[in-house]
Amino acid sequence: MEYSFSTFESLLEICNKENKKIYEIMQEKEAFDFEKTVQSVRDKTEKSLNAMKEAINNGLKSKEKSISGLCGDDCYKLLEKYKRTGTIFGEVFEKITTYALATMEENLRMNRIVACPTAGSCGIVPAVIIALSEKYKSNKEEEINALITAGTIGYIISAKVAMAGAVAGCQAECGVASAMSAAAAVQIMRGNEKQKINAAALALKNILGLTCDPVSGLVEIPCVKRNVFLAIHAITAAELSLADIESKIPPDEIVDAMMQTGQLMSPLLKETSQGGLATTKSGILIKKRIINTQ
Amino acid sequence: MKQRSLFDIISPIMTGPSSSHTAGAVRLGLMARNIYKEKPQKVIFKLYNSFAQTGKGHGTDKGLMAGLLGYSVDSNKIKNIFNDPEIKDIKYQYEYEQNIERHPNAVDFLLYGKINMRISGNSVGAGNIEITKIEDFSTKISGELNTLILFYKDKPGMISKVSTLIQKENINIASLDCDRDAKGKTASMCICLDSEISDSIIKAIEEIDDVYFVRNLKRLEE
Repeated sequence: MEYSFSTFESLLEICNKENKKIYEIMQEKEAFDFEKTVQSVRDKTEKSLNAMKEAINNGLKSKEKSISGLCGDDCYKLLEKYKRTGTIFGEVFEKITTYALATMEENLRMNRIVACPTAGSCGIVPAVIIALSEKYKSNKEEEINALITAGTIGYIISAKVAMAGAVAGCQAECGVASAMSAAAAVQIMRGNEKQKINAAALALKNILGLTCDPVSGLVEIPCVKRNVFLAIHAITAAELSLADIESKIPPDEIVDAMMQTGQLMSPLLKETSQGGLATTKSGILIKKRIINTQ
Repeated sequence: MKQRSLFDIISPIMTGPSSSHTAGAVRLGLMARNIYKEKPQKVIFKLYNSFAQTGKGHGTDKGLMAGLLGYSVDSNKIKNIFNDPEIKDIKYQYEYEQNIERHPNAVDFLLYGKINMRISGNSVGAGNIEITKIEDFSTKISGELNTLILFYKDKPGMISKVSTLIQKENINIASLDCDRDAKGKTASMCICLDSEISDSIIKAIEEIDDVYFVRNLKRLEE
């Protein structure tokens, strides 16, 4: 179908009018825009989904370090910790945190991942979708529905804000991934369309101002651990939204605020590694060490 | 303007760690390979600015080489590319430079073999690339569409001759850019097309008088 939407408001309107879910509207739009079938859109999504699962499975088994030697064994450490003492939050929490780490560490090892929306935020969406899918015993089709729902959130945000740390800081990378995951989580937990968009809005609202200040310009510090935090952040947003706790600021206005915040953010904090964590005493020391060993 | 897609958000499936510094590097290499067409005997990679500074930690050096050897962004060969059998008969070196006049993620490929060629490009974010120069001619090649590149003698009627041939197959021209050394000297044409052009038309374009160089660059897979 020829659907046109670039805001959450217009998407929700279409969903209500057509009595369809977000993923249904998006897959029909994608098929129309690119002269494909809905099935081929779903097949392509499944390919990404399978690559996400593969990255998680490989990451859970590895403690190989990254090229820089900075990261790579955090997932292993966390799994060992859970084996010893578990967690106060239970199995889903264990899965989300380790899946996010597993994926990000595979990324650093130069193994295969899915940029979602970016490589530096690749751990968040897979961790949430796969862990919840296992919890609720979702089938493949439901996982695809969740991933398309997540993608739709990113699609709408990217109409206003490019998905790059250089444009709007980490808001536009891990922040957006968290918003995407929040909507996907509501999809899996069978919430309604408004709750999905509201979950994304809540997640996004609470990461405004997040900078991109990676040490030595590498996608490692603070990116790896940030993926874990923002995967859990998505669940908080989903739970609130499923209780119909609404963002008082409408989703589209939050995206506007995010863009404005990105524009106001100093270039020193937007993927240039010239401020923030990158220029701390330790950040500079780490950078020197990496350059000297190259 | 590029049509926006769901798969701008949930892909590419790629080898980490960075879409700009790794996937973008592979795609630049792939494009350089398609433009050069031969397997080079020797290649010098000149990396600029952020590519030079943080490239190693992101495997930019490996990505550029992997692309040049024809591997795709999700290939598991990238990581160990310097041990790849394909690399054996190629001499290669990397040079690192700071130059504020160049893009933050810029690279020059200096390719040596049957012919020598310099190809310049940038990784512009999210795995997207642009080839900005072949030798001294400005180009606008993103790999998102099929692109035809021509070098020819600057004289009246050349655009018309080429576009007439393209029109024969009812192919739509999405964009057309020209550049030249000087009036009457060598000129370049860069034509983006909405569909794939046949080999017979390419051959006919090559046979136009005073056309020196033609490349039919297929769109890069995501």
